[in-house]
Amino acid sequence: MLHSDDIAGLAVADLLARFPFMEAFFRDNGIVTAGRERIRLADLIGEREAEDRGTDGNRLAAQAAEYINRMLAFLGEGEQVTRITILPGRDKSGQPEGFETLEIRTSEIISIVGPTGSGKSRLLADIEWVAQADTPTGRRVLINGAPPDPKWRFSSADKLVAQLSQNMNFVMDLSVREFVALHAESRMIRDADSVVERIIAQANELAGEPFTPETAITALSGGQSRALMIADTAILSKSPIILIDEIENAGIDRQRALALLLSEEKIVLMATHDPVLALMADRRLVIKNGGIASVVETTEQERSILSELRALDAQVLEYRARLRRGERLDTAKEGKEAVHA
Amino acid sequence: MNLVTISGPPSSGKTSVILKTAAALMSRGLAVGVVKFDCLYTDDDELYRKAGIPVKKGLSGQLCPDHYFVSNIEAVADWGKKSGLDLLISESAGLCNRCSPYISGIKAVCVIDNLSGINTPKKIGPMLKMADIVVITKGDIVSQAEREVFASRVNAVNPGAVIMHINGLTGQGSYELSTLLYSVEAGFATLKGMKLRFSMPSALCSYCLGETRIGEEHQLGNVRKIDLHEEEPHAAQ
Repeated sequence: MLHSDDIAGLAVADLLARFPFMEAFFRDNGIVTAGRERIRLADLIGEREAEDRGTDGNRLAAQAAEYINRMLAFLGEGEQVTRITILPGRDKSGQPEGFETLEIRTSEIISIVGPTGSGKSRLLADIEWVAQADTPTGRRVLINGAPPDPKWRFSSADKLVAQLSQNMNFVMDLSVREFVALHAESRMIRDADSVVERIIAQANELAGEPFTPETAITALSGGQSRALMIADTAILSKSPIILIDEIENAGIDRQRALALLLSEEKIVLMATHDPVLALMADRRLVIKNGGIASVVETTEQERSILSELRALDAQVLEYRARLRRGERLDTAKEGKEAVHA
Repeated sequence: MNLVTISGPPSSGKTSVILKTAAALMSRGLAVGVVKFDCLYTDDDELYRKAGIPVKKGLSGQLCPDHYFVSNIEAVADWGKKSGLDLLISESAGLCNRCSPYISGIKAVCVIDNLSGINTPKKIGPMLKMADIVVITKGDIVSQAEREVFASRVNAVNPGAVIMHINGLTGQGSYELSTLLYSVEAGFATLKGMKLRFSMPSALCSYCLGETRIGEEHQLGNVRKIDLHEEEPHAAQ
């Protein structure tokens, strides 16, 4: 662990040479370093500036040390999350939940069903907070079969759950490329350019209508936005669990989207009542009265319904594509048959 | 009694976060009260009353709201003790981004929202940088990427803080926050003798004293001039 005394006397140039990520620290704190490379960290903030900012050189050094420690921990090879285990608690009436232990592994899809207010948010919060019988449900969550490291609760860089939900928007005023690059930078990705290219290419695979890296993110259509969010989260987010709150069946290839998330070794939890998505899951959790009432395995028979639904789904997508091209739907298709996945 | 100071820019979701968190605390059998500091107007006290939470409000009017806070917090804490509270939450808006009145030894929470823009963490002073816990709200309406970028910017300006994401509408995350706000050890007898974490901004000029006329000859006291040179020494990049 680095202490502020270890770095307070270092010149800016030496500090940046040792810890290149400190550039972001200075920038985000609004401290100009250009032309001041020989100044010691503790002397970077003058007296007048210290009063304006309500901080001083010593505090800056302490914060810098804390930041460096966190970044080093973040950049280190953390333990890979390969499975989470949920141990049952109680529902709102104090009744025990309807399962013994629930183990979920990476590249598995679990769907969550139940009416609004039934306790889906609580379940998610329990997972996010890696509950240890210390939340209202009394559930316990284990990571890789063991009680979790406290970092999952308190470190901003290690969040267990990434979330994709229906009413999310992009609010920044950037192009697609700038936006993804900004995210890559915050994740300290080494080969940022090629990762950015890959995300944009993947998002274009998922979206019905292609977009360019120069498109403004606020100008993307609903389907394009969702495609970009999913590709970006799959490839750039460090969180091992992805929670999806419904994916609307418009302008996005949902099966491919899920396949992408699974190929990136994620655990996918999906709150949905859409039969195509729910049946793609290996199991589904039925939530009632604040607790998990049962865990249902998807049967072969249910899967046979899925293939019918997929054919319908593909049909609808095909119609959408033809409408977009300006074709009529009442005439025979030109060219090849619609692809039934 | 425990005291927690919660501050944050206007409309960042402080009241929603406090209401949900107080509900979690009250379900554990703790007596929670709120004091709301604002500048000109607030009807948030009604919301607290409706939730069955004892509340006092203070409007600073033409005074600097942070100076008003520090002149009154001791009396308010006494009120909380007399009312038998286990936890008193003080809520105040950070109005000028320069400061908010955190007290050494008293837990400080800053609430900011994802919609305020990724450069906001850089713009907020000690209110954000010296908080023990930073609560980020409105995560349900922005993309995962923006949430992560925003949190990393907060981490850069306050690396020591615990950063929590709370949904003020569903309350997701508020139970977790509640577990960090109250502890038997954090109880105290009186605020007398305690200190602010940082000084209040200095502002004593003719305009503080009621001057309304514009012009050099009317400016007395602590006055600072804008730098209109071509090259700004501390320009942000």
